[in-house]
Amino acid sequence: MTTAPQAPKPAAPAAGGNRATMKKELPEHFKAYRHVWVFIEYEHGKIHPVSLELLGEGRKLADKLQVELAGVIIGEKADELAAAAQECFEYGADLCYRVYDPILAHYRNQSFTKAMTDVVNTYKPEIFLLGATTLGRDLAGSVATTLLTGLTADCTELAIDDERSLAATRPTFGGSLLCTIHTLNFRPQMATVRPRVFGLPDRQPGRTGRVIDHPLDMTEESIITKVLKFIPDRESNQCQLAFADIVVAGGLGLRSAENFHLVKNLAEVLGAEYGGSRPLVQKGWITADRQIGQTGKTIRPKVYIAAGISGAIQHRVGVEGADLIIAINTDPNAPIYDFAHVGLIADATQVLPALTEAFAKHLSVNRIAG
Amino acid sequence: MHIVVCIKQVPDSAQIRVHPVTNTIMRQGVPTIINPYDLVVLEEALRLRDNYGGTVTVLTMGPPMAEDSLRKCLTFGADRAVLLTDRFFAGSDTLATSYALTAAIRKISETWGKPDIVFAGKQTIDGDTAQVGPGIASRLNLQQLTYVSKINGVVSDKNQIEVERRAEGGIQVLVSTMPVLVTMIEGSNEMRRGTMAAALAAAKAEIVTWSAADAGVEDMTKCGLRGSPTVVKKVFAPAARSEKAFQLPVAGKPAEEIAALLLEDLFQRKPAIEDELMKFASGQ
Ligand SMILES: Cc1cc2nc3c(=O)[nH]c(=O)nc-3n(C[C@H](O)[C@H](O)[C@H](O)COP(=O)(O)OP(=O)(O)OC[C@H]3O[C@@H](n4cnc5c(N)ncnc54)[C@H](O)[C@@H]3O)c2cc1C
Ligand SMILES: Nc1ncnc2c1ncn2[C@@H]1O[C@H](COP(=O)(O)O)[C@@H](O)[C@H]1O
Repeated sequence: MTTAPQAPKPAAPAAGGNRATMKKELPEHFKAYRHVWVFIEYEHGKIHPVSLELLGEGRKLADKLQVELAGVIIGEKADELAAAAQECFEYGADLCYRVYDPILAHYRNQSFTKAMTDVVNTYKPEIFLLGATTLGRDLAGSVATTLLTGLTADCTELAIDDERSLAATRPTFGGSLLCTIHTLNFRPQMATVRPRVFGLPDRQPGRTGRVIDHPLDMTEESIITKVLKFIPDRESNQCQLAFADIVVAGGLGLRSAENFHLVKNLAEVLGAEYGGSRPLVQKGWITADRQIGQTGKTIRPKVYIAAGISGAIQHRVGVEGADLIIAINTDPNAPIYDFAHVGLIADATQVLPALTEAFAKHLSVNRIAG
Repeated sequence: MHIVVCIKQVPDSAQIRVHPVTNTIMRQGVPTIINPYDLVVLEEALRLRDNYGGTVTVLTMGPPMAEDSLRKCLTFGADRAVLLTDRFFAGSDTLATSYALTAAIRKISETWGKPDIVFAGKQTIDGDTAQVGPGIASRLNLQQLTYVSKINGVVSDKNQIEVERRAEGGIQVLVSTMPVLVTMIEGSNEMRRGTMAAALAAAKAEIVTWSAADAGVEDMTKCGLRGSPTVVKKVFAPAARSEKAFQLPVAGKPAEEIAALLLEDLFQRKPAIEDELMKFASGQ
């Protein structure tokens, strides 16, 4: 991924533009690189949803290229990983590479990088996708540097161009622009994608595939970093924002920390998750895990209610995947009305409690009736 | 202890505007700042030095004007600053950036002693990739500790460091052996204010400036545009939605009426949502 230009002036796009016209000549030894791979993030007994989302997207790329889609799954126990591999088949994978070893019980950069680079060097994928989670980002950077190949972070769109290469699109300059990036002359072409950027594909129960085992050639003594303990987030505290069907969020238009309760109350009645814009985190009205947007969470709810949020580009990129966006904002010219579906030009501090009451009433009346 | 902190001068992206016709970034008049995530690790480095003794070297690769950012770091209390600048570095992607920075860190190591900790920011606000830190770690064979929320302690004579790391679903407590590369998440600390004396000293301090050759970069084909496997093919503005939001006729109506309007509209658009809400309300 190209970082911001070093030179003054808008050098990145311009410079990239010059180089983009360079002819692609894939060195001979890279021509054997085939197939699309997804890193299957498996921890604490389950697959991270982003990996399944990537299988959905990877399937499309593999079909376009007419190649196979493979998952790479790394962990401690063969049987657990076999069950996870079966889940991958049902979400579209044709095969899974499995590396299991007691050393791999916890994620550690050194052991996972070794497992991953060995499998890549042995089986040679042309495209390799990872979730942009803390684990995925930690691993992707090391693997790409070890393999000396390109890596495009936080992509929002993946496509295959007419020359069979991956066109990875990502936001740049804080979301003000999008850029499409290619990996010239190197394989695999690596990219990370944030959770919830793509939807979950349909599961096809009973769909099967092959498991190929690869050994981890490593001893515990050679691993320098040790895990002393793991402190799980308390289940009750864990914020499910990214996966909620309904999300209610507030912005600076709420005017005070106390008023944020209006958002929470509505969320509670709807069984929804709540969140907010970045300034609310900076002011301490909400915790950082509730921030929605480019530097917070990407969400894909069925309904998103934004109260007192202006709709800055950095916020917009985090919510655009929502099916229905309802905005409550006093300013008819607020940018949020450029991408919301339904608008209410009204005072959120008055509309929110009225909505809470109306929903509560509607739900209780109809429940009794039903 | 010797600590190296990698910082980058970035345009303040809150103030960036895109030219509506050419779709290029309009940088004129956009102030540059030190990448905010780099200040988190700089502060941590200064604290470690204050507690355990040693020196803090800040390093950046960038155009000559990046010197301002380095001076600012000296104001905060860093002991020395290195600017790696060369036209060969222009257009570097993360792989080429980590290559150049690695050469500079090796040179720093020869000149002022081996670093025990190399810090990088969690990510930059312009490149935003979070890849340069891990790239440096791989190239220098340092243990990689990313997304650290807290450094619990350092046992210098045993070269040990214990950290808490933000992992998926919880916190990993890790113990490792220095040298390590550390990136940290925001909110881990708060940047100190520089002292007046430090500011005065910083204004006059020498910024060590190295070209690619000075830093001992061995292979120029691994630098800049030539050394970057990724290329930007196209830059474009996000598509505007064709239509604006449908505005409910709320003007002058009391809140209760507005709420009723929205409920009606919502259930009409999304009948399935009403069913789901019912299920939720009846505890299913
Ligand atoms: C690098 C970078 C990353 C960023 N990442 C994120 C991110 O991830 N997420 C994010 O959200 N932001 C992010 N931002 C910040 C973003 O640019 C905006 O500053 C922020 O989203 C604005 O928050 P807001 O809408 O709550 O506040 P404002 O922009 O101040 O908007 C408040 C809105 O409330 C309306 N209002 C006022 N009173 C009322 C009322 N009584 N009832 C209803 N409406 C009312 C106003 O008309 C206004 O539109 C980032 C910025 C940068 C530079
Ligand atoms: N040009 C540079 N000079 C020095 N450090 C850099 C440079 N680019 C990136 N870094 C470091 O790498 C971190 C991650 O950057 P990025 O991969 O661009 O998100 C930054 O926070 C810096 O600490």
